This record gives sequence, structure tokens and C-alpha cells, in this order.
Amino acid sequence: MASASTYVPIANQVLTSATASVTFSSIPSTYTDLVLVSSAGYSTGGGNGTINLQFNGDTGTNYSFTYIQGNGSAASSGRGSSTTIGVAAQADGSNLGFFAANTCQIMNYSNTTTYKTAITRANADTVATQAWVSLWRSTSAITSLTLTGAYSMAIGSTFTLYGILAA
Amino acid sequence: MLAGNPFFNPYNNSYTSLQTVTVGSGGASSITFSSIPSTYTHLQLRYFSRGTYATSSPTAVAYRFNSDTGSNYAIHYLYGDGSATTAGAFTSVTVGYAGNMSDAFNSSNVFGAGVMDILDYANTNKYKTTRSIDGYDANGSGQALMHSGLWQSTSAITSITLIAGAGNFDQYSSFALYGVN
Repeated sequence: MASASTYVPIANQVLTSATASVTFSSIPSTYTDLVLVSSAGYSTGGGNGTINLQFNGDTGTNYSFTYIQGNGSAASSGRGSSTTIGVAAQADGSNLGFFAANTCQIMNYSNTTTYKTAITRANADTVATQAWVSLWRSTSAITSLTLTGAYSMAIGSTFTLYGILAA
Repeated sequence: MLAGNPFFNPYNNSYTSLQTVTVGSGGASSITFSSIPSTYTHLQLRYFSRGTYATSSPTAVAYRFNSDTGSNYAIHYLYGDGSATTAGAFTSVTVGYAGNMSDAFNSSNVFGAGVMDILDYANTNKYKTTRSIDGYDANGSGQALMHSGLWQSTSAITSITLIAGAGNFDQYSSFALYGVN
């Protein structure tokens, strides 16, 4: 019954130097959903912030997002429309050695009929706990994803991409 | 997962696809997963869906367990709509909520998404609790949400019926149920 191939690690990247961007390429179309799990920090001297998401190298204003967060004293919500990025994670840059824990679910990523929606739970203890939903207005199958941020991502940050199969 | 550790798969051999339903051209007002085996520890529902209701947005993705139509469900929710945050609850209602989805009020091709965990679903000594992260973005509107739900029954869950809160589930909506050990 249990299948070793239902929730499959596709690729894993562990940063051994401060890195401006991380790319997962040649993503196979054989899964139903993708899950990106990250433990992310910004390098020393950087600040906190999101780790942003682009698909298939698309740098156009074809993304948008909505979020809710609690920062320890207040809850808030915000939005970006016709942006050049979605949001995959939060990175903690407030203290060296602090890493945010994030899970980004990219649903039905290989269908060629609909736009793509991703939902993210981001948790940076020194920043906020957050939920994000991002939209990529493209009907193309996702074959690569690129992660970037306002600062270089810290040594020790990890990014693991999983594929989930459906019955 | 620490730097330098080898490839890690927390779900190796423990995450099983039970059933997937993709809605056809006629749409569907409800979807049922039946004959769910009791052999797993938890269930996870993953959905990518859109409703046909066009008057307002969003549309709820509601659920019932074991066809129970009684007022045995309770819900808490928290969401942000891009400017404000809202928290609320429903008690003694006839459905739970897996989440919200986009619908025909928004541009075509915009679908919502959600992941709902149903913990200890086969236990016959406790009520059942669900938790979800869900939402949709329609480039200028949308919601990011979290839901929790309670089904006040000690019965093991053997079926799940998903119901569009208004209208139908639209074509290309998909729902996948997994067993987790």
C-alpha cells in the first residue's frame, strides 16, 4: 500500500557560501504538486525579508500575492499586484544562525490550462508567522523555479523540492 | 534538516495517494471520497479548485464526514484580504470548511488552493480536528487563510464529501486524498 514514490525528493540544495539566487531546473512534469521546504536565512549584515519566486525564468509582471501575518504585537495583511515575483519563503537576517522555516505548496504545477497558485507558510521567529498565496498568470507548465531575495542567502540555508504524485 | 546533512525525505514510505478526483466539463456540486481505510494515522486533502458562483468571491470548500448532516461541526478561521485581517468562528453548523477558493467572480484560470490535515481520523475515542492553509490570489483581490475545524463525533472517518459553498466546483478543479503514517 505505502509507496516510496508518492512524496519524492526531487532536488536538495544546501548553501555553502552566501548566494544571491537558487534555481531548480528541469523539473519533471510527472508529479501533481510541488512542495518546497526551506530553512532560510540572510547573510550577515542583511535584513529580514521574503525569498521570492519566479517560474520558468519569467521576469515579467505576471505575478501577484496576498498575505496575512502576525509579528508578535499585531496582525496585518498586504498584497502585491502585477509584480515580478511571487513569495516562497521568509528569510531571517536579524541574527546569524537564525533560520526561518518555510513550506511552499505549488499546486497542479504542470497543467497547461490554468494559472498557477502557490500557498506558503513562513515562520521566522524574529520576524513574523505568515501565510502567503501567490499567483502566476501563465498556463505554461512549471519546469524551473528561481529563488531570489533582497540580500544574499546565508550559508547553511537549505532548500528541498519534493514532488507529490496523485492516484 | 541541517547544513551538510544528506538528502532527507520525511515522508519516505509513509505518504500514500488514496484517490484523486478531477472535475470534468459539467462541473460538480460535490465530491465524495468513500471507503477510506482506517490503516493510516492521518489524512491529508490537497485541492486546487475554482467555483462557478459569479456573484461574489470567494466560495467555500465545505466538507462533511461520513455523510453526517447534523449540526456537529465547528470552525475557526483567520484570513487577510490584502488590507485587513479577520478572525471568526461558527459553532454547531452542518459543515466544516476545508478552505476558500476562487470562483467565477474572478478572472478565468484563477484557481484557489488548500491543504487540509485530518489528524487521527480513525480514532474512535476522540472528536476529529482539522487544520488547513488555503487561499487564492486574483491579481488585485484574494485571501490568505487558515482554518481549523471540529467534527463532534468519535466515529472513525470513512468518507469525506466536499461541497461547493455556492454553485459548483468548476472544470479542472482537482482534489487529492492521501494517507499519512
